[in-house]
Amino acid sequence: MPWLPPIVEFTALSKRYGDGPVVLEDLNLAVAPGEFVSLIGPSGCGKSTVLKLVSGLSPWTKGELTVAGTKPRLARDRQAFIFQDATLLPWLTAQLNVELPLQLRGLPPGECAAKARQMLALVGLESVREYYPRQLSGGMKMRVSIARALTLAPQLLLLDEPFGALDEMTRNRLNEELLALRATSPFTALFVTHSVAEAVFLSNRIVVMAAHPGRLQAEVKVDFPYPRQPELRGGAEFQAKVNEVSRLLHEVDERRTDA
Amino acid sequence: MKKMPRLLVWLLPMASGLLFVALWYGIRLASGLQSWILPTPLEIIQAAWHERGPLLAGVGHTALGAAGGFLLAASVGFATALLLGMSRALRSSLYPWLLVLQMTPVIVLTPIISLWAGPGMPGIITITWLISYFPIVANLTQGLLSTDRNHVALFRMYNASRFQELRRLRVPAAMPYYLAGLRIAATLAPIGAIFGEYMVGNSSGGTGGLGYLVYSYNTQIKIPALFATALTSCLLGFVFVAAVAWLNWAVLHKWHDSFERYDH
Repeated sequence: MPWLPPIVEFTALSKRYGDGPVVLEDLNLAVAPGEFVSLIGPSGCGKSTVLKLVSGLSPWTKGELTVAGTKPRLARDRQAFIFQDATLLPWLTAQLNVELPLQLRGLPPGECAAKARQMLALVGLESVREYYPRQLSGGMKMRVSIARALTLAPQLLLLDEPFGALDEMTRNRLNEELLALRATSPFTALFVTHSVAEAVFLSNRIVVMAAHPGRLQAEVKVDFPYPRQPELRGGAEFQAKVNEVSRLLHEVDERRTDA
Repeated sequence: MKKMPRLLVWLLPMASGLLFVALWYGIRLASGLQSWILPTPLEIIQAAWHERGPLLAGVGHTALGAAGGFLLAASVGFATALLLGMSRALRSSLYPWLLVLQMTPVIVLTPIISLWAGPGMPGIITITWLISYFPIVANLTQGLLSTDRNHVALFRMYNASRFQELRRLRVPAAMPYYLAGLRIAATLAPIGAIFGEYMVGNSSGGTGGLGYLVYSYNTQIKIPALFATALTSCLLGFVFVAAVAWLNWAVLHKWHDSFERYDH
C-alpha cells in the first residue's frame, strides 16, 4: 500500500473531565485511509471517548488530534457515526430515516429519496422502506442505521459497539455485510467493540486499550486478505489470532485488578 | 396485563352505573328528602328535556368559549415552551413568573380580566386560556428538554442548525409530552369556560352559556335543572377529552410505543 497521509492522527493526546480522573493518557495512533481499526479493552478504558473526540462531540485536554488533516469539528462532513443502539428517529419510516442526513444537508427532495432507496436496497431492506422503527427487528434497525451513515459516502466511519446488543448469528451476518459494503462505499473504520472474534474478523489492526487511565497497550495486525468469507472463522489461524488478542486483553485486565 | 373480555368492558361500568342509580333512589326514598333537595335521576332527565332549549344554546356557547380558550392555550403554550426550551437564560428568567401566574387564583383575577378584556366572550376565553395554559407549557418544555442525547449527537454530527434540530428533532420528539399537556388542558377548558361565564359572562346576547344557566337556575331554585346542567357540562367535557384522545391517536399511533399492540 502506498503511504497516504493518515485520516485520523492522535499525537500525545490526553483527556480528562475538569478536575476528574484522567480518561485518556498519551494516545499516539495514526489510522491510514482504507484501514479497519478496532479498539478493544475493558470497560472504563475510554474507547468510546476516543470516538467522541474524533467526531468533535467532545474536546480533549492536551496533545493533538487531526481528522483528514484538520480539526475534528471541521471534518464532520467526511465522517459518520454509528451508535450503540440504532438511534433511528421513531416517528420517521426507514426510508425517511435514511433520507435525514441528505435533507439536513439541503439536497433536493427527489435526490434524497432516490439515494435513500438505493442505500436501503444495498442493505437488503427495500421491502420494509415504509416501516417504522418499532416494526423492525434489532438487526434491521442496525442495517437502517448503517444505510443512513453511508448515504453521504463518508471517508471515515466511527462505530461504537454497534452490534453489541444483537444475538451472535445476527452479529456475524452484519459483520459480513459491513465488510461487503466497503466494496461499494469504501470507508476507513474506527470500530469499538467488546468482542474479540468480531474485532479479528473485521479489522486489519486491533488496538488493545488499558483502563485507569485509558491508554493504548498493544497492537495486533490481522493480515487475512479482504474480502473475508464467513468460513474464515472456522480456521486455525483465525482461532490463533483470537487467542492472541484474548491473552493481551486478559493481561490488561489482570494488571488492573492487581493495582 | 391480561385482556378483559370485550363484553365485560362494557358490562362492568353499566352494572356499576345501575348500582349507583339504585343507591340514589334508595337514599331518596329512605330519607324522604324532597325533589328540590335531591331530585331522582328520572326527574333530572325530565328537567333536562324541559329545559332543552336553554341547555342546548348554553352548551353551544360554552363549547365556543372552551374551544377558543383551549386553542389559544394550545398555540400560545406551544410558542412559550419553544422559547423556554431554546435557552437556559430565557427559562430562568421566565419560568418563575409563569409559576406566579399559575399560583394566582384565577378568581382573584376575574374582575381585572373583565375590566381589560371586557365581559362576555373575550373575558370567558381569557379565563379559559389562563386555566388551561400552564399544563401545556410545563409538559412541552419538559418534552423539549428530554430529547435523547444520542439523537442530539447525531444531529450535531450532521452539522444541523439549531433551527433544524428544533424542528426536525426536538419538537417531534416532544409530541407525546405536548399531547399529554393538551389532554389535561382539555379537561380544564370546559370548566374554565363555565367558571368564566359564571363570573364575567353576560346574557345580553340572549344566551350566557352553562355558567350563566347555573346562576339563573340557582336563583330560581330549579334544582333538577341544575343537576341537568351538571350532566350537560360533563358531556361537554367528554367531547373535549375525546377530541384530544383522537388527536393523540392520529399523531402517535403509527410510531409511538404507547400504541404498541401486545399479542400476549
